[in-house]
Amino acid sequence: MAAPLSPPRLLPSGDSAITVEFSRHIDDAASQRVLALDRAIARDAVGGVTETVPTYRSLLVHYDPVQIGFDALSEKLAELAGQPVPPVAHTRRWRIPVAYGGEHGIDLEDVAKTLQTTPDDIVARHVAGDYRVAMIGFTPGWSYLSGLEKFLHMPRRQNPRLLTPAGTVSVGGVQTGVQCLAGPSGWHLLGRTAVRTYQLHREPTFLLEPGDRVTFAGIDAKTFAEQDRAAEAGEIIAELIAS
Amino acid sequence: MTTLVISSIGPASSVQDGGRPGSQRYGLVPSGAIDRLALAAANTLAGNPPFTAAVEIGPFVATFTARGSAVRFALTGAPRNADIAKRPASFDSSMTLADGETLTLGFARGGAFSYLAIEGGIQGEPVFGSLSVNARAGLGSPYPRPLQAGDELRVAAASSATERRIELPAISDAPIRVVLGPQDDEFSDETKKLFLDSEWKISATSDRMGYRLEGPAIKHLYGHNIVSDGTVNGSIQVPGNGAPIVLMPDRGTSGGYPKIATVISADLGRFAQIQAGRGFRFKAIGMAEAQKELRNFVQLIGALPDRLRDIENFDLNLEALQDANVAGSAVSAIDTHTWETKTWHVTTPD
Repeated sequence: MAAPLSPPRLLPSGDSAITVEFSRHIDDAASQRVLALDRAIARDAVGGVTETVPTYRSLLVHYDPVQIGFDALSEKLAELAGQPVPPVAHTRRWRIPVAYGGEHGIDLEDVAKTLQTTPDDIVARHVAGDYRVAMIGFTPGWSYLSGLEKFLHMPRRQNPRLLTPAGTVSVGGVQTGVQCLAGPSGWHLLGRTAVRTYQLHREPTFLLEPGDRVTFAGIDAKTFAEQDRAAEAGEIIAELIAS
Repeated sequence: MTTLVISSIGPASSVQDGGRPGSQRYGLVPSGAIDRLALAAANTLAGNPPFTAAVEIGPFVATFTARGSAVRFALTGAPRNADIAKRPASFDSSMTLADGETLTLGFARGGAFSYLAIEGGIQGEPVFGSLSVNARAGLGSPYPRPLQAGDELRVAAASSATERRIELPAISDAPIRVVLGPQDDEFSDETKKLFLDSEWKISATSDRMGYRLEGPAIKHLYGHNIVSDGTVNGSIQVPGNGAPIVLMPDRGTSGGYPKIATVISADLGRFAQIQAGRGFRFKAIGMAEAQKELRNFVQLIGALPDRLRDIENFDLNLEALQDANVAGSAVSAIDTHTWETKTWHVTTPD
């Protein structure tokens, strides 16, 4: 018989949310338990829960205290979190095209230097990765991926940039990610994708779901420009290779 | 067509309603009015459902002109001197602006945000069920950005409804109540005591993303980096410099700093209305009490229509206005230099 799962910590986030914490660190097992609890809450349509926010190590559960109190919901969440993580029947897998280096990935050369290898090797390693969307957060569509190979782990920049372009694909710490909107970032910019993980008036507005698998494919700058125009017009660009 | 033309308006003013919850798992924060009770009271006076879109007005002067026909409206929240064509206008009352007349609002005193609700609401195209402006995400209607001079809001022509006033509970200046956590174990007992026993001030660099606090440095036990987790309105996160930030409706949906405590829902609006530079304190309460306060708050909003009164005579009104004008001489110099919309250049993803 499998060892019982260690119970998560149930932490109050004010009077209308509970943080269900599985780990204090980024770890794959915790991330899987977060996503499993997220699915279980959706499956059981737990009363009073208004929305859930998965992160690498915890699930934030927003609820309506008029419908359910802290103690009753904590009990229910502890019960669901203690259940074995069921295998996922279907996982969506996306291939996302990225123009690496040059003006689209201004840190690629420096990353290669720091890691004492070539830009091509960095790209080859990044493209070879099999990633999972661990969380989407900070700004709309900012998709944090787990599964970055150890060789590419790098401390974040000492001085975060105030503005990085929409569609930036970057690495920071043990993570890699796709940011949708232009904004500040302390990560290392490897390339850009035309894929909009968030686009208004497009169906679906949000492309990726926590739990989706992601791989990257290298493209040249000309292809990026073409794809960017198509994406602007509402095309999804990302390729759904399994679902 | 009836419009409300904005001839002048300061920064930190935007169209806000109840917000757009439900997409935080995709990184989209709900936004919505920073003072829910004031929004609901203004809408109740204007004859609207409580969380209808209204104008959230930052602490600076603003003017609105009715065009096309009369416009019925109500003002609540941070009090200011207000007049319509030199006639004094009162807060917590409905009023009607005749076609071509201008409503002039002075600087806020005793608060930060006022609400201007218009009978019939503001016309726009909701996204995820809301007109609320979220400038970072390019969302909001009729303008996906803070309001500017020259903007025009399409509204309904005034009905002939009787003007009303509303009797709101007095605003308490008791400490802002918090529930400790979710990461209060990242701080020593002495530090938590320091947090709860100190006087705090809201920094001038605050905005709808977060209110920065000035006070003693809050030290972490294990460093200031935690692995990102989800945030709520009222999360009090402590970054590396030890100066806490209270997250507000335009916050990031996740954050990587330890959160020592969370402002209770019932006190969020009252907290948001504390003027920059004015001292206040926090008080920790238990979960049962916090949830009881939230249920009371929800009831209060639901029962706002019971607090409407007919405006019986002008004398009553005049008295209130005289009070307002006396206090109006005390417009704080702090106001004019604070509350600028300094957008998110300090925060980065984790």
